[in-house]
Amino acid sequence: MKAIAAQVRAELTLTARNGEQFLVNLLIPLGLLVLFSKVKVLVSDTARPVDFLAPAVLALAVMSSALVSLGISTGFERYYKILKRLGTTPLGRGRWIASKVIAVLVIELAQWAVLIGVALVLGWSPDPRGWVTAVLAALAGTAAFGGLALLMAGTLSGMANLAVCNGLYLVLMVTGGMVIPLERMPGMIRHISEALPAAALAEVVIGSLRTDAHVPGSAWPVLLAWAVVAPAAAAVTFRWD
Amino acid sequence: MPVVEVEHLTGRYGDVVAVDDVSFTAPAATVTAVLGPNGAGKTSTIECCEGYRVPTSGTVRVAGLDPIADRAALARRIGVMLQDGSLYTAITPREALRLFASYYDRARDPEELLSFVGLAERGSARWRTLSGGEQQRLNLALALVGRPTVVFLDEPTAGVDVSGRRLIGRLIVELAREGTTVVLTTHDLAEVEALAQRIVIIDHGRLVADDTAEALLSGDTSRSFTFRAAAGLDTASMSAAVGAMVTPTDGRYRVDASPSPSTVAALTAWLADRDVLLDDLQAGRQQLEQVFLSLTEDGANEDLASDRAESAGARSHRRAGSNRRRATR
Repeated sequence: MKAIAAQVRAELTLTARNGEQFLVNLLIPLGLLVLFSKVKVLVSDTARPVDFLAPAVLALAVMSSALVSLGISTGFERYYKILKRLGTTPLGRGRWIASKVIAVLVIELAQWAVLIGVALVLGWSPDPRGWVTAVLAALAGTAAFGGLALLMAGTLSGMANLAVCNGLYLVLMVTGGMVIPLERMPGMIRHISEALPAAALAEVVIGSLRTDAHVPGSAWPVLLAWAVVAPAAAAVTFRWD
Repeated sequence: MPVVEVEHLTGRYGDVVAVDDVSFTAPAATVTAVLGPNGAGKTSTIECCEGYRVPTSGTVRVAGLDPIADRAALARRIGVMLQDGSLYTAITPREALRLFASYYDRARDPEELLSFVGLAERGSARWRTLSGGEQQRLNLALALVGRPTVVFLDEPTAGVDVSGRRLIGRLIVELAREGTTVVLTTHDLAEVEALAQRIVIIDHGRLVADDTAEALLSGDTSRSFTFRAAAGLDTASMSAAVGAMVTPTDGRYRVDASPSPSTVAALTAWLADRDVLLDDLQAGRQQLEQVFLSLTEDGANEDLASDRAESAGARSHRRAGSNRRRATR
């Protein structure tokens, strides 16, 4: 336990010191929430934008930390042989992975605390019965995106991993119903997006926290499938050096 | 009782035979240097000892453990310094040592280690702001934090300036004196000469030499020499004249005796009687010579090759020897 506690503390300290991590984890979701709550360009219906945007950026925050933050940091730790070095210490792979998971969950908790607080100030009124579903979806999303992050970080070289993580983040953010509602996407893109974890997570979180919406039938199966397949693929392909 | 035992180790990775039937031992509480040119198989050999690579054949025991089967137990007994191993760029030396200390049940005190490697003043600097020598000293401290029985240091002074090298060298000597077994790889002959009690030389994946530093550096291993001369000479008569076995090999002749002045004089006299020209006399083990030459051509600042050719008596002139190296061939 001593080792895991120290490792988690180090992971969090280093994340806090990294400007790009701060940008991805907090400033981007927060900026989108505040900006588009005030500017009515993205949401077509007459509802207040914040009712869509608040749960949407909560889903985005999960993708920011579990996919981008975890993927990029792990990729560089592998590139700089830090993972290789840890391999000959008694920390071991199990405790290393546990530390990464705990660190991501702590970051997500902080993200959600800030985003929920700001959204409430902006006048958001979530459906209180939806929180349990939303948290379960966030956990499944963390598994799905964390799996994808480690799949890329464990197979790609340092720079390729950085590019793919950032590129995937941008594409999934735009097409995954996290900024622009999914129903405003052209048919083809919408169908592809619905099979991907970003839209599935966004649909569940938005559907459960909006009083005037519901979770579409395909979202949970898609999200859970990614939550199982992506970590399994990462476990099989991950290279430590 | 050796702490590291490598027996008939072979490592084939893809099409490359990185290590080819290498055997050596590292005795407890000594510094063993694994020497060889770049790409010789030093790192592959060490990585088989650390458990990073699975040997294709042969056995490795480190502190009595199998590096693959007993990986978890071995992790508590060894310290590792990787070649160009980096660290979290934003971490400080103090934080890194505390973090690594948390992995072990009986770790050394991080503050004491910071002083030991001369980083007490730099304990709060970020990794990326440390100089190459400071980074390597922190790497060394991280390898020591778990009180290892044996430390593997892969090129510990690569990219470090002269004063930094001296400091790291002193720390290594100190470690061995305190009872830690040190195995280091290098292609720097000066480092080997200053630090090692035992030297293992690997070239093209094969073991070239495994001996005490004293024996190798004084040239006592040259029990034969070769020369070129006309083919078809009467080796039986020549053997009788020089008092040692002479055998034709690869268009040359090998004499199984050290190239002492009297032996060489007897040989040249026998050849002169028959009006045969003596050409290209080479002393020492051919392979060893080749390795040393390629090592010195790698840019190491010492010149052991000419040293060996010149005989042990001329050691004080070693630094002047580099200019004469081509001449001795």
